[in-house]
Amino acid sequence: MIYADNAATTKMSRVAIDAMVNCMENIWGNPSSLYEFGQKAKEAITSAREKIAACINAEPNEIYFTSGGSESDNQAIISAAKVGAKKNKRHIISTAFEHHAVLHTLKKLEAEGFEIELLDVHENGVITPAQVENAIRKDTCLVTIMFANNEIGTIQPIAEIGAICRAKKVPFHTDAVQAAGHINIDVQKLNVDALSISAHKFHGAKGVGVLYARKNFQLTNIIEGGAQEKGKRAGTENVPAIVAMAAALDDACKNLDANNKKVLALREKLIDGLNKIPYSILNGDRKKRLPGNVNFCFEGIEGESLLLLLDDKNICASSGSACTSGSLDPSHVLLAIGRVHEVAHGSLRLSIDENNTEDDVEKIISAVAEVVEYLRNMSPLWKDKLNGKKNFILEA
Amino acid sequence: MALYSEKVMDHFRHPRNVGSIENADGVGEVGNAKCGDIMKMYLKIDDDVVTDVKFETFGCGSAIASSSMATEMIKGKPLNEVLQLTNKAVAEALDGLPVHKLHCSVLAEEAIKAAVQDYYNKK
Repeated sequence: MIYADNAATTKMSRVAIDAMVNCMENIWGNPSSLYEFGQKAKEAITSAREKIAACINAEPNEIYFTSGGSESDNQAIISAAKVGAKKNKRHIISTAFEHHAVLHTLKKLEAEGFEIELLDVHENGVITPAQVENAIRKDTCLVTIMFANNEIGTIQPIAEIGAICRAKKVPFHTDAVQAAGHINIDVQKLNVDALSISAHKFHGAKGVGVLYARKNFQLTNIIEGGAQEKGKRAGTENVPAIVAMAAALDDACKNLDANNKKVLALREKLIDGLNKIPYSILNGDRKKRLPGNVNFCFEGIEGESLLLLLDDKNICASSGSACTSGSLDPSHVLLAIGRVHEVAHGSLRLSIDENNTEDDVEKIISAVAEVVEYLRNMSPLWKDKLNGKKNFILEA
Repeated sequence: MALYSEKVMDHFRHPRNVGSIENADGVGEVGNAKCGDIMKMYLKIDDDVVTDVKFETFGCGSAIASSSMATEMIKGKPLNEVLQLTNKAVAEALDGLPVHKLHCSVLAEEAIKAAVQDYYNKK
């Protein structure tokens, strides 16, 4: 199997599995229990907190464990909105291509009377700091902009945006789910007040994540109950998953440069290979993107059938077509960068990592080229374009 | 459980009657590119019997499988029977489709009816 869907989830790393199993077998007490066996679990969490804080240059007491990226996003946004509402500030700035964990939370706030301003992400999928600067108003209570997009991998100028928000005293949250473990994160240099992380995107376990919240970022509970996480997130801690997440992030950060060098070379080869398919286009800026992200649109075909046929060739990938999104519209990300519906239906996301090889990349390129040609040959839309009845949208 | 039944996957992987018919007696095209599926049916008709049928489809796995299955169900059939074909019958012949994919079988029914209509219009 060639796994090229690391933006969806990653395989757990050996260090993470070992840490998790050890915890399940030997450190299974409740961290809130008084006796020493329970306190051993508490120590494991404390150590994990320190490790994760060190990876992103934060203080350990600014690290809150959650159930994952979605919960972290929800809590960060709802917290800032609550503080804003108290000061009669109800304007929130974000982008049109955020993850649904952000967009749907904002939609909920909009129904409660907040004004949501979604910035245009341009054809290259990168916003400019000036857009944020121009959008900030006296009643802006939050800027939330993703670090790297989950579909097209484009990296946003977070440090510059953070500096603007800091100067204007507006809280700034970034959804760093796709970035963590793949590109360097330093919360001091980035000037962020809150940041979301999900463990299973960097070889940790599913169902666990982090909300980094700077000391002055006032948190509101999403889950009420016990006094875990300084009373800001109730529920007995998922100790094995937390310990595994720390091991995975630590491992990813230590090997970041070496992994990036390898993955970047594979990505470039993959993009060059897929670019040879006529009437195709790379989605998102070629340079300002995650090392492992490749996202293409192929004119005249539909993404789900492409994925199914790649699956038959043992290649795991994903698509932003309507049929794969479970709705009538194709990916909101592809529409946000200006792809028309017809083209957006024919999208393919390949997200590779350091476990992939040059051989994988060569096999992917030839498989995609073969499947695209096969599907085009049975597509009446493609035929109409070839015989001039309909216009091509992409360049040859 | 897999997304699709074995039968859907079989018709998707090995679609029957793909292609076009030159000088077809009836041609029907339904769907649109914006929605992500277009189906085109070509019929050869002799004495009000469908003697040959071909399809071309732009769409997802179930759209391709529905087209393929529908062509098998009408080949060799008289037009009065062909017009009785329902989307439900196509979906059942495929051992079912996921609820959000049922519209693919509707498109197959509509494409065939459009092709028969085209035949009557030309007559």
